[in-house]
Amino acid sequence: MSEHLTILPILLPLIGGLLLLLPPLATTLERQRLGALVVAALTLLSAVLLLQQSQTEGIQLYVLGNWQPPYGIVLVADRLSTLLVMLTSLLGLASLLYACAGDDRTGAYFHPLVLLQVMGINGAFLTGDIFNLFVFFEVLLIASYALLIHGGGKQKTQAGFHYVALNLLGSSLFLFALGILYGTLGTLNIADMSTKVAALSEGEKVLAKAGGLLLLAVFGLKAAMLPLHFWLTRTYASASAPVAALFAIMTKVGIYSIYRVHTVIFGANAGDLAFMAQPWIWPLALLTLLAGSIGALASPNLRELTANLVIVSVGTLLISVALMNQQATAAGLYYLVHSTLVCAALFMIADLISHQRGKAGDRFVMSRKVRQPFLLGIMFFVAALTVAGIPPFSGFVGKVMLLQAAQSGTEMFWAWPGILLSSLIAIIALSRGGTTLFWRRSSDKSQSEPASRWHIAAVALLLLGAPLMVVLGGPITDYTAAAAEQLHQVPESLHLLLPGGES
Amino acid sequence: MSLFWIPLLPLLGTLVPLLSERFGRSACALFTAILPAIALAIVLNLSLEVLQGNTLLQSFSWIPAMGLDLSFRLDGLALLFCILILGIGLLVILYARYYLSQQDSMSRFYAYLILFMTAMVGIVTSNNMIQLWLFWELTSISSFLLISFWNHKSDARKGARMALTVTGAGGLALLAGLLLIAQIVGSYDLDVVLASGDTLREHAAYPIALVLVLLGAFTKSAQFPFHFWLPHAMAAPTPVSAYLHSATMVKAGIFLMARFYPVLSGTELWFLIVSLTGLATLLLGAYIALFKHDLKGLLAYSTVSHLGLITLLLGMDTQLAAVAAVFHIINHATFKASLFMAAGIIDHESGSRDMRKLNGLWKYMPYTATLAMVAAASMAGVPLLNGFLSKEMFFAETLHQVALGSLSWMVPVLATLGGVFSVAYSTRFIHDVFFNGEPIDLPKTPHEPPRYMRIPVEVLVALCLLVGIFPGFIVGDLLASASSAVLAGNLPEYSLSIWHGFNLPLVMSLIAMLGGLVIYYNRRHLFQFQAQFPETDAKLVFERLIQSLVAGATEAHKVFENGSLQRYMVLLLLFALVLTAGPLMDLNTTAGLRPHLPIDAVEITAAVLLCLSALATMIWHRKRMIALLTLSVVGLIVSIAFARFSAPDLALTQLSVEVVTVILLMLALFFLPQKTPKESSPRRVVRDLGIAAIIGGIIGTINYALMTRPLTSISDFFLANSKTGGGGTNVVNVILVDFRGFDTLGEITVLGIAALGIFKLIARMRLFMPAGDENGRPWARDRHPVMLAVISQSLLPLALLVSVYIFLRGHNLPGGGFIAGLVTSVALVQQYVAHGVDWIKERLKIDYQWLIASGVLIAALTGLGSWVFERPFLTSWFDYFHLPWIGEFELASAMIFDLGVYLTVVGATLLILANLGKLTTSHRPTQPESE
Repeated sequence: MSEHLTILPILLPLIGGLLLLLPPLATTLERQRLGALVVAALTLLSAVLLLQQSQTEGIQLYVLGNWQPPYGIVLVADRLSTLLVMLTSLLGLASLLYACAGDDRTGAYFHPLVLLQVMGINGAFLTGDIFNLFVFFEVLLIASYALLIHGGGKQKTQAGFHYVALNLLGSSLFLFALGILYGTLGTLNIADMSTKVAALSEGEKVLAKAGGLLLLAVFGLKAAMLPLHFWLTRTYASASAPVAALFAIMTKVGIYSIYRVHTVIFGANAGDLAFMAQPWIWPLALLTLLAGSIGALASPNLRELTANLVIVSVGTLLISVALMNQQATAAGLYYLVHSTLVCAALFMIADLISHQRGKAGDRFVMSRKVRQPFLLGIMFFVAALTVAGIPPFSGFVGKVMLLQAAQSGTEMFWAWPGILLSSLIAIIALSRGGTTLFWRRSSDKSQSEPASRWHIAAVALLLLGAPLMVVLGGPITDYTAAAAEQLHQVPESLHLLLPGGES
Repeated sequence: MSLFWIPLLPLLGTLVPLLSERFGRSACALFTAILPAIALAIVLNLSLEVLQGNTLLQSFSWIPAMGLDLSFRLDGLALLFCILILGIGLLVILYARYYLSQQDSMSRFYAYLILFMTAMVGIVTSNNMIQLWLFWELTSISSFLLISFWNHKSDARKGARMALTVTGAGGLALLAGLLLIAQIVGSYDLDVVLASGDTLREHAAYPIALVLVLLGAFTKSAQFPFHFWLPHAMAAPTPVSAYLHSATMVKAGIFLMARFYPVLSGTELWFLIVSLTGLATLLLGAYIALFKHDLKGLLAYSTVSHLGLITLLLGMDTQLAAVAAVFHIINHATFKASLFMAAGIIDHESGSRDMRKLNGLWKYMPYTATLAMVAAASMAGVPLLNGFLSKEMFFAETLHQVALGSLSWMVPVLATLGGVFSVAYSTRFIHDVFFNGEPIDLPKTPHEPPRYMRIPVEVLVALCLLVGIFPGFIVGDLLASASSAVLAGNLPEYSLSIWHGFNLPLVMSLIAMLGGLVIYYNRRHLFQFQAQFPETDAKLVFERLIQSLVAGATEAHKVFENGSLQRYMVLLLLFALVLTAGPLMDLNTTAGLRPHLPIDAVEITAAVLLCLSALATMIWHRKRMIALLTLSVVGLIVSIAFARFSAPDLALTQLSVEVVTVILLMLALFFLPQKTPKESSPRRVVRDLGIAAIIGGIIGTINYALMTRPLTSISDFFLANSKTGGGGTNVVNVILVDFRGFDTLGEITVLGIAALGIFKLIARMRLFMPAGDENGRPWARDRHPVMLAVISQSLLPLALLVSVYIFLRGHNLPGGGFIAGLVTSVALVQQYVAHGVDWIKERLKIDYQWLIASGVLIAALTGLGSWVFERPFLTSWFDYFHLPWIGEFELASAMIFDLGVYLTVVGATLLILANLGKLTTSHRPTQPESE
């Protein structure tokens, strides 16, 4: 079985999701829940095992259909992809746990869709083939369209329509870009592409550059990079809590793809095209930070604030991409994991708070007291410190390491104020929001139900990362440093990625 | 290991109050005090070694990637602060036991307080700069929690937010400063940093690092112009004010300057920034303190002023001044903490802190009054009290100051002026509160506090006296040790005696005393003068600032994010345009070297038709039927193009997709509004046309450039291996089900999910159903014409047969599961159209959801099958067999895979179309049974 471990994080949720659509699992809600949780747990287990395997045995190549690269499709389990697969599987489990408290009653197919969404995201992380990446983008997008409207209502339908329309356009551009790259490089395997870029003729180089930059637009849309971030706030804020939490990883798929394409294909070894996206990413990263910060200040409720903090985290990650050095990537990977976990937790916390504050919901206005001030207060407080990057929780580690990765004076001049000021704005926005949510209260008693055990378990699962990622900071940063090294030194591992290839 | 215990014990101690609350208030306080007390004992135990001049170190690697070690040091400076923090902390625990009322949650208070204690001990014992910053931020957080302890009060919330914002901003600046220092020095280790003073001072980035670190220190220690947050932190319970906002936390900034004194000081820049800031703060604080009617307000501004004094001393950059600074840290902590506690007692027992109401309390609480008066006298710098000694040293140092050149005389004069106000407000504190007539409408009748509430004050006041009278004996060693840590071992000669003879500093003291009394005596005139200025409340100013920031952000946000899909689309397109157009300008010759293929009339006609029908769709997009027709012409021509350029598979697929799409669109249009309003302004139409044209041009150019260039690609491999490796001569099909079968598995999953998603979307929808067409003509009564029913029913077996045929031949000739699935679906949809849902429902009992799931499952399981033969997922197998009657035929695993594709396509298409159609009938889709 261990030789097939690489594909399990894709197959398990796929087959699990399909079985949930068939009898006997399809018939009752209890069976759906149990089945989904078991499958999600197994997926997580397989992801953990895969991570271990790739760490001890090096990069794992899975050759689908036994068609050797560069001709067939391969899955590549390196440190980077397995880390993200594990993160996604964990998020999927947390989302399902949270939904078991009742969110899964409000629409059809919730459990299979979550599993299929996890399958799509895992596939996007694992694949070593750029067309297959497109396919998995489609899987994760189509599943996210369906999940976004979960729960129904006008707001969701409208946000969903915008999301679908924009992403369809994005998918078309993706296809254009793939066509251009295939038309110049003649191959779809990412490692193989990286070997072909430097040898392109003058005219083809230009075309490949256009294709590569078009891909930046596509991934930028997914990652919510300025000026393509506008869809995010409304989409995330209107999605139901477990879905929004799961979506916290979606922007990271875009960031991941930028890492993959623009450090592996158009990275240091791309000749004239080396780091061609960098001049674009620098200003866009800073502007994304700015836009997210403005949005955070302007947010009227916790959900939108969280959505805007997602944009801030995207800007921060883009800075790590723009710095383009190994240390920055290592810092970025740590920050990516941290910000995904905490943003997902914040979406859930916002939902819990809004359930307990009557009509006021999670808006920053005076209202009745929440039913469980201690529990929700601690959850919010920890999440807020984490997301703002204040010690002692995980946020500060990623930020500090990213600051350290800016080495030249120019880099510091741009990166430091951006990161530090966005932290300050996060502190202002969160302290304003938090004090109002919990402390500006009327004398009315809360009538609401307390948070269920499912809710607490889900939030705890995600929030535990905040202290644990600091306590275990040593091994984790070692891991992300090694992952960054693997990403930046593709030529060293080409013999693994292209065993039959001529190069 | 013992060094680790010093911060670790209080850290564990944060949990103690939470666990021990149920044993009662006194027990809770007692248990809370135990762990800090042990920590203090450990410190005192280690102090013997430290006082001999040793620095104790202990470290443990934590996150090496970011330079963070768990690393502690105990030198003289750390020792002094540890004793202050833990010692005063214990007194505050005792005091708070009596201060807090029954309604206040004692455990929460103690937990925050001990958390703060941990953080503070952590700062002063850190030997790693990142760790220092970590604890630094922790003090901001715990201070936020403590200020907002009475969180139902608006004052407390606002004050807490302001303190957090200001100190938080300073913390971030400090982080930048520390990182910069580490980049210059090459280490986060304080040992290394403290030994690299010269490297640092000579580096070009020194001024930036200095300013950043000082920003951190000044915000924390409430130095001008960041002093405004401190008075508003007084919304906290008084024990907090005594502990955090006078004795310890605000000293963290001072500590930072003292800690980095060996490496950052000694430059012109240091002197200018630090001493001038200190001087400004000293004067401003002392002046404002006099006019505060609130007891705690007076003390808060006096704290600001004294912090300014210490800063000024550190800024003067002489060794003796540094010693005086350290000495004043001790003295200020003792007298100010006791004064705050006394103020708290007064507030607690009389119900007010307003000095216009509090008068003549001597009669009611003589004992407390005596203690408060001694402490206040120390604050004023009266001889025989500790405040006097450090103030004398301060005055003496101002006289030796020459760095301001010919303006240097101003420093002692301004220092004396500060002293004058200091005496004046101290006098006001004593006279207004304890004498000056009778109390005016106090909520309570004042009386002495509980016995034990006074003990902390007594201890601190006793220290004021003892240090004041026997300075060398009580604090001599500690002061020497701490000062030598600040000065990196170069301890100057100094004398701690009370009497230095009749000299200039003594004269300055006398002037301050007399001047202060004179000012206090004439206070009415001064108050009237001050009353002319409008009173500004920093909290409101700050809040307004933040509000306007938020308002600005909201405005900006609205401008950019207006919720318009059109705008977002335009942005995406323009962005893509800019990204691709840039490189293309560098393309010198568009056409490559490949020879052009001949063009014939058919192709030209098709191309013209294609363009025209696309344009027609755009022009008539508001006339739905026409637009749909012209759109299908586009699709048709594309199919023909595929067929023409030898891609029959694609042509077949496109054709059947076209049919299904038209049916789908017809159904969807039924529910959409009959008339499409004109929504785009002419200007927008022109803009959009322009964008579309440019993008079309770009894509066209790229395509042309690509097609005219020779390409070696992996497709040659597919052509060569299709028959031998995949067992089929139809390369397209072999690519779909074998070479890139994994893509197909993904795509049928997409199709399946899409169907589920559409079902999910329409399942709960209540859509408007028009009763007639756009011209108001009602729909035909005859819903299922007999003719249509008969023909479609007889066509069904034929269509199914065709799809079987297409399916089976797929591997070698154009066809395959996808096309076959579409043909079957169309045939079945036709039955729906012809016979209605009821008719079908009786005859076709297939759950489409199951069909989809089993289709994808079959495809996935086919892939899994190869595991049995120890091959990777989706490895294909094929072989040729011979049967009588049938002859030679081929069996391939890919056919099962294709069957999965077929079933998924049928299931998905029908789930969408049938349910969309059902919306118009009584069989509206609802939630599946499981929900």
